[in-house]
Parts: sequence; C-alpha cells; structure tokens
Amino acid sequence: MSKKFFSWNEDRSLYPPAKPDGTIDIDLSSHKYLKIWHGPQHPGITGNMSLELTLLGDEVMACETHVGYLHRGFEKLMERRKYIQCFPIVCRVAVPEPDFNEYCFASATEELAGIEIPEAAKWLRTLVLEMARLQSYLMWVGGQAGAFGQGIIGQWTLYCRDLVLDRFEELTGGRIYHMYIIPGGVRGLLPDGFRERMEETLRIIERFMKDVHSVMFNNSVFKKRSVGMGVIEPEWINRFGIVGPNARAAGVPMDVRKDDPYLKYPELDFEPVTGTDSDIYTRADVRRRDLLLSVDLIRQIMVKIPDSGEIRAKTPNVLHWKIPAGETYSRAECTRGEFGYYMVSDGSEYPRRVNVRGPSYTHAVSLLEKMIINVNIADVAGLMVSLHTYPPEIER
Amino acid sequence: MGKINDILSPFTAWKHLVNQPVTIKKPLTRQASDRYRGFHKNDIEACIGCGTCEEICQNAAIDMVPVDGIGTKNGDSGLRPRIDYGRCCWCALCVDICTTNSLTMSNEYTWVDNDPEVFRFVPGAENKPWDQKEQGWKKPGSGYELYEPERVNMEELPPEERDHSFIEIVKGYSHEQALLEADRCVGCGICVATCPAHMGIPQYIQAIRNNDLEEGLRILYETNPLPEICGRICTHKCEEVCSIGHHGDPISIRWLKRYIADQIPENEYKKILETENLVKNDHKVAIIGAGPSGLSAAYYLALMGYSCTIFEKLSEPGGMMRFGIPEYRLPYDQLDKDIDYIRSLGVEIRCNTAVGKDITLEELHEQFDAVYTGTGLHDGRSTRIPGTDHKKVYQAADLLRDITLGKEVPVEKRIVVIGGGNVAMDITRSMARLQKQKYGEVGIIATSLESEHEMPADREEVVEAREENAQVIPGWGPVEIEINEGKLTGLHVVKCTAVFDADRRFNPQFDETIKDFFPGDMVIESIGQGMNLSYITGKTREEMKMDHRGRIEVNRDFQTSIPWFFAGGDIIQGPDVIHGIANGHKAATGIDRFIRQWAVGS
Repeated sequence: MSKKFFSWNEDRSLYPPAKPDGTIDIDLSSHKYLKIWHGPQHPGITGNMSLELTLLGDEVMACETHVGYLHRGFEKLMERRKYIQCFPIVCRVAVPEPDFNEYCFASATEELAGIEIPEAAKWLRTLVLEMARLQSYLMWVGGQAGAFGQGIIGQWTLYCRDLVLDRFEELTGGRIYHMYIIPGGVRGLLPDGFRERMEETLRIIERFMKDVHSVMFNNSVFKKRSVGMGVIEPEWINRFGIVGPNARAAGVPMDVRKDDPYLKYPELDFEPVTGTDSDIYTRADVRRRDLLLSVDLIRQIMVKIPDSGEIRAKTPNVLHWKIPAGETYSRAECTRGEFGYYMVSDGSEYPRRVNVRGPSYTHAVSLLEKMIINVNIADVAGLMVSLHTYPPEIER
Repeated sequence: MGKINDILSPFTAWKHLVNQPVTIKKPLTRQASDRYRGFHKNDIEACIGCGTCEEICQNAAIDMVPVDGIGTKNGDSGLRPRIDYGRCCWCALCVDICTTNSLTMSNEYTWVDNDPEVFRFVPGAENKPWDQKEQGWKKPGSGYELYEPERVNMEELPPEERDHSFIEIVKGYSHEQALLEADRCVGCGICVATCPAHMGIPQYIQAIRNNDLEEGLRILYETNPLPEICGRICTHKCEEVCSIGHHGDPISIRWLKRYIADQIPENEYKKILETENLVKNDHKVAIIGAGPSGLSAAYYLALMGYSCTIFEKLSEPGGMMRFGIPEYRLPYDQLDKDIDYIRSLGVEIRCNTAVGKDITLEELHEQFDAVYTGTGLHDGRSTRIPGTDHKKVYQAADLLRDITLGKEVPVEKRIVVIGGGNVAMDITRSMARLQKQKYGEVGIIATSLESEHEMPADREEVVEAREENAQVIPGWGPVEIEINEGKLTGLHVVKCTAVFDADRRFNPQFDETIKDFFPGDMVIESIGQGMNLSYITGKTREEMKMDHRGRIEVNRDFQTSIPWFFAGGDIIQGPDVIHGIANGHKAATGIDRFIRQWAVGS
C-alpha cells in the first residue's frame, strides 16, 4: 500500500506483507486465517449489508461486500407504475434521506414534461432538502460516535433529529417518508407558527452540537482512533467516483449545490465545507461543519420563504399523464454527495427506465473493499460509518 | 493537538446529569401534527363510490366494496373504499384525488388489535374512534390539483350575431381543446350507469386522449347510432352525475362526443365501423316513426341482418330532432349525416306515409315479422284556461314543425309563451329570432309555473334566451287570456308559490292576491306534449295492455302484450333523445330474440 493507515501506532502488525502491486496472497489452508461475517445484523453496519472478512489475528486481510438483503426492485416497479404512482415509492429508495429521491424524481419528470414549478414550491423544496440533510447528519453523528463506543452522542443527536422530524411532520404530514415533493410542486405551505418552532429546534441543535464538539471531537479517545485512519487519497476521487463530504474532506470542493445550482441555492450565501487530511476525523469534522451550514441555510431560507402562493404547477391529469419521450439526468447534493435520477420516457404514461445513482454504491462497495485492508477488526465499523453509506440505495 | 484539553473536554457531558430527560414518557398519548397522515376517514354519505382512490393507489391497498345500508343509485356506484393497512403506504394520494373530498385522514396513528383482519376496513362504515377527529391530512389548497377542475370553455356565437339567424350557436371543440377536456376525465364510469344508453363514455374519452378517433367512433356506435345529434342536443344526464362535477365543472361529455363525430366524414363510417358487407337474413321488421328510437332500432336490426322499413308520417325523417329542435341547436346537415349513414346500411325510410291512414297496422303485421313503434309525443297540451280557443293561441310543437317545414309562421310584435321546459325555450328563442328578422327587435315573454331554480329547461337555455333579449319570467301561473273585442291583448297571471307538494307530486299552489299581466298579441302554449296512438286500432288495441297512466305496457325487451308489437321512445320513457336511442337498441335485441324464437318454433 502506498501509505500506512496508522501513523501513530508503529507496533501494529502489518502482515502478511503486500506484494509490490499491492495485492496479498491468502492461503486459507494454512489455518492462520479466520473468515467472519460482519453483518447484515451487526449494529456497526450501516443498514442491511454484510462484509465477508478474512482475518489474520485481529487484522482484516481481505473483504468482500455482500448486498441484496434489501433489494425491493423499485426501479423495475416504476416501469409498471404511472408517474404519479412512482411518487410514493421513490422516497423509500434511501430510507434516511427520502427527500432527495423525491426531488430528483420530481425534477426529472418536470424537466421531461417541460414544467416550471411555482416560486413558493421552489423555496419549500429547498427548505425540505436542507431539513433532510440536517436530520440525516444528526443520525450519522450518532452512528459515527457509537461505532467508536460513545453511546451518549447518539442519544443526544437522535433527540435533535426527532425535533427535526417533528418539523417535518408539521410541514409534510409524515415523519420519515414525507412524500411531499410531488411532480409539479409540493403538497403544502408552511403551517402557522412554523418559523418560531423551527428556530427553537435549530437553537437546541446548535446547543447539542457544541456538546458534541467537546465530547466527541475534542476527545483523545476519538482522536486516537480516527486521526490518520481511513485516508482517501485525492487521486482516488475520480477513479472511484467519490463524491460529497468524502471528497470534500480530501480538499476537493465538490458540491452539486454550488457546481450545478438548483432550486433556490443560487440565492443562498454559502461555501462548500472542505477539509485537508481526508482521514476519519477530517470527514467527521467536515460533516459536523456541513451540518452547521445546514442550520445556517435553513435560517437563510426561513427569511426568504413566502407564506403563500401557488404550490403546484398545472399539470395534466395525473391519472393519465403522458411524459414526452426523452431522457434526462437530475441531480442534487445529498449528505453523502451527488444523488441522481436518470430517467427515460418513451412518451407513455409509464417511465421506460428509471435509474437511481446513489453515492453509496461506490463508497460502500468498491471503495470500502479497498480501504478496509489491514484495518483492525474493531475499527471496521468506524471506517464504514465514516464513509456514510446507506445500503438501501445500493440495492433500490 | 491540545492533549490535556482532549482529556478534560469530554467530561463536560456530565453537565447533562442535572438536565431533565428529553425522552417522551408516554408516547401513546402524543398528539400528531394537524397535517399528519394517519388513519383514513370517509364521509360515507358524500362519497359516490367513483373508485378514483382505488385507481391511483399504487399498491392496490384500496378495494371498492359494497356496504350495508348504501345502495346503488343514480350517480352513486353503491361501493365504498376498503383500505388494507397491510398494503397502504400512507401517501394520501387517495385523499388528494378524491373527487368529492369525502376521503380524508385523521391524525390518529395508534391502533392495537390482535386480529389482523380488522386492519382491512371501510372508513366511515365502521365506527372508529378517529371518525370525528378534525385534525389530519386534507386535500391541500393553494393551486394544488391532481386534475383540472375547470372545464375548457366552449366557444359560442355572441348574442348579437345569433339573435337574428338560425346558424348553429355552439362552435365545437378544436383538437387542442378536446384533448384538454378529455384529459380532465378520471375514467370512473359513474356516467355510464346513468346514461340511458350506457355509452362507453370513459372509453371514448380515452380514445380522444389517445388520438384514436376511429376507435372513438366505434365505441360511440356500439350504443348510439346518432352521435352527431346526441353530441349536440342530448340532455346529458351523464354530466349531472360526473364525479368531477362535485367539486368543479363536470366533463363536457356531450361536446366530446360531438368532437369525435364531427372529425370523421360520413363516407368513412362504413370502413371504420366495418359495415361494408352486412350479411342479410330473410326477416323483415317494420318501424313506425323515424325519430331517434325508430332510427336506433333500425340501425341495430340492420346490423343483425334484418331488412327494416321505417314509416314516417312527415316529409322528412328525424321526428322531434328535426321538427322539434330548432336549427340553431341542431343543424339539419348534421342530422342528415347520422340518418344518411343509417340509410346507407339498407334501411328504407318511407316518408309521407302515415300508419293508420296510408297503411294500417294490420297490414304491417301481415307483411313484416315484427313491428316497432316510436311515434313520440307530438300533440301539444293546452292549459285550457279561458281564451285558449282564440285563433292567436298556438301550440309550440306545431309552430316548431312549421318553422322546420319552411311554412309561413305568424309572428306578432309581442308574444307570450307559457312553459318553462326546453321546448318552451326552443319556441321562445325561435320566435325571438323571427321577431328580430321581421321587426328588428325582440318582444317575447316566457313565463313558467316553476321558480327560477326549478325550471325544467337546461340552465344554459334560459341564460342564452335572456342573452337574446327574450324575457324569462318564472314563478307565475296563467289564469286567463284577455281578449278585447276579438283581439288578443295579453295573459293574466297569478303568483305561483309552489309547484310540487311534499311528495314531489305536481300540485301547484297560487297566491291569488299577487297578480300580473303580460301584454301580447299572441300566446304560445308549451306545457308538454301528448301521444297520439290512434293508429293502433281494432283487435290490437283491445288486446294491448296499458298502465294506469295510459302508457303502453312493455317488458324489458320493450315488447308489448302483443308479441309481434314492440314500442319505445317518448311514448314509453323520457321524453328525450337518449332514452329513445336506448329503447330502440334494447327493442332491436328483443325483436331479434323474438324473431329467432318464432322462426325456430314455426
């Protein structure tokens, strides 16, 4: 390997030695190796996937990822459903971040149909996407801390996430699956008093994030296990298709919100958060700052968002809405990077093909298999969470 | 790295020891938000069972099922949505698309039971604790519509262009307009049950959406051989029950039908409808009256191979469609298009041949295997108030017939019309046109017993009549026609307080103290027409069973008590065109069955 993973712990074993091309020979009949399954029910795994690990002592020698435990065939289901009927199922593609699916599906549909959504709907969509980012990061903080043995952080941030879900419930009528961003617009204006309750929620989140900063990020245990660990080399970024905070922590300011502005992001004042060291600690820190950026963006949105106005453009009757033939790719920046929907229409009432491009596929399969070699078994969960992957979107 | 700080800083977490826990102690009592998508509610009385919720549900969680205490009735399928919570994904699209806004959701979300069957339930029909809850998901406002509730406006001639001519008023939909209007349909099919002819309305509207007008024409002719006519003057009972009409404008079903028929020239009909090589059989059927029901019976019999002969008293076929409905509503060339196509299938129409005068019913019975009669209602009824025997008192039906025939029609400067139905509006507007042509101004008053909202005439007829400067004054009962020295001077009326009694029976009540006088030089009575069955004579007449209202009794095949004699149209049901068409179609199948049984039996 080009670089050692543990800069501060020289006595760790590093065997068997890798060959000059970076591969290693594993002789299972030597009885020195142990094969174990990490997941699919292991709490350190993010979602339902499993890692088939080959261990030598407590070190990972080889890893094969296994997905398929959560395959629901959504892409195929969509080919048999009208566009409006796809709308309730796309949110289920990535469970903790339904809104990016809803947005990408809706905007791809609108682009093919040539529909411009009303101003209020654009603001409400921006708000919902930032709220989704906020709650997803809050859950991730708990996971990252938990993977390194800090249970209390997860309790705090999941409380904060619940407050965001309360706001979601008020606005969209659902806590997890919001089904709010419908092709053509959104499904409701801000309820009365939403701004005040949102502001209070944001203040509570900021207070807890200060605690998280002192207890998790200024913590020698966390630092010992994360600094210098799981480094993503900048040159891998294009080779593996690494996006989002994983790329930004390596110093690449890659953010769809800036690179290909959509909705109301051009009217918001922000800069993508980047880091330099590209290790677990840096990625965690980039996400923490991105979370606080979301808080700031929500405040900016709440100032500009209108209280009234049309929320849905006029569309043909959804029961027989034929989308003109064509293809498009619609993308948005989710917490883990670029999230996209590639949609092909043949001019009928049903989508011909919908392909979901989630960042987890590259991060949790090919990248993880590369990074996990020579990692201590105790750090596997932490490494995996630091890539922030959601298996449901790998399998769709 | 500040190492000491990294060791001490985590201990700040201890400050939370003195904080209250943030968890909710009793989660089951937590109130969900006002918009929460919880358990379904359904206002079972407002629901019409259109099944649009079932149609949009992506996971087939909704089934339409019969419910105790809810019967099938006009505009209501009698079915109600049953929701399977094992399949429901709580997207609430069923609520958003509900045409009557009866389906909503409460914000209740806990329901514990050890019987899995109970989670498949009919909201509204089974009492649930959340049925009365106000909060919960409702259809969002603010321009959020999953289908267009507003009708595509139909262009019409402006009043100043039409009030002096008999040019057709309604212009018809363009291609784009028809597509937009057809798109609004949710395809629930409530209209199909209401239409007397049970036309495949959602199917032909779908054909318009698919740009397949030939398929549309085929669907039209399955149940209705007079689409040009029905597309213009049908009483469109379908639109009255249209589910979209509950919170929006009903679909313009009539204009869409007209659109299909208008787009296809008559010389293509035979090819499209595959009637170029009809196989003939040896049987002959006589049809009395070339009105809608006679033509309809002839068309469907001709399709089955029968040789049909229609005997028509007047000089041209069409019956009331030609001699009752003014040309500005139904141009004669469009009428002829439908009739000519029926003729082209080998149907013979003998005009100027009155049964009972030129040929007797007995002769028909001898020459033909079966006889169908649809002679309609042509004899105007009189109010029989004093003065109606004056020569300046006319019957609407007679005048309308004379206008069609091109005869000289008496047009006075001031006319009073008695009646509030569609025929009254037809004669009012026709006479108004003739007045405009003759005198340059309109001076006509139409008065009816019924109050403004009770008038049986179509709303647009009343509105358009007023646009053409005719006065429509509802709510007055005629008392006497004033005649001064042999000259008719006007109509005395008293206020009518109620037309129907509590049982909805016709029983007008008057307030004699409130009087009025409508001056006029002629009076036209238009309070309904009666039938003339004088051509049924002798033994046939004696054997024919009549019901208590003096109508011929018929069975489901429109067969009278005399097996070879069938009857339909206005003399049996209606009065309107679409009932006549439906009767004729059913009678055709009945005649077919009768002849085949009789032929086999003999």
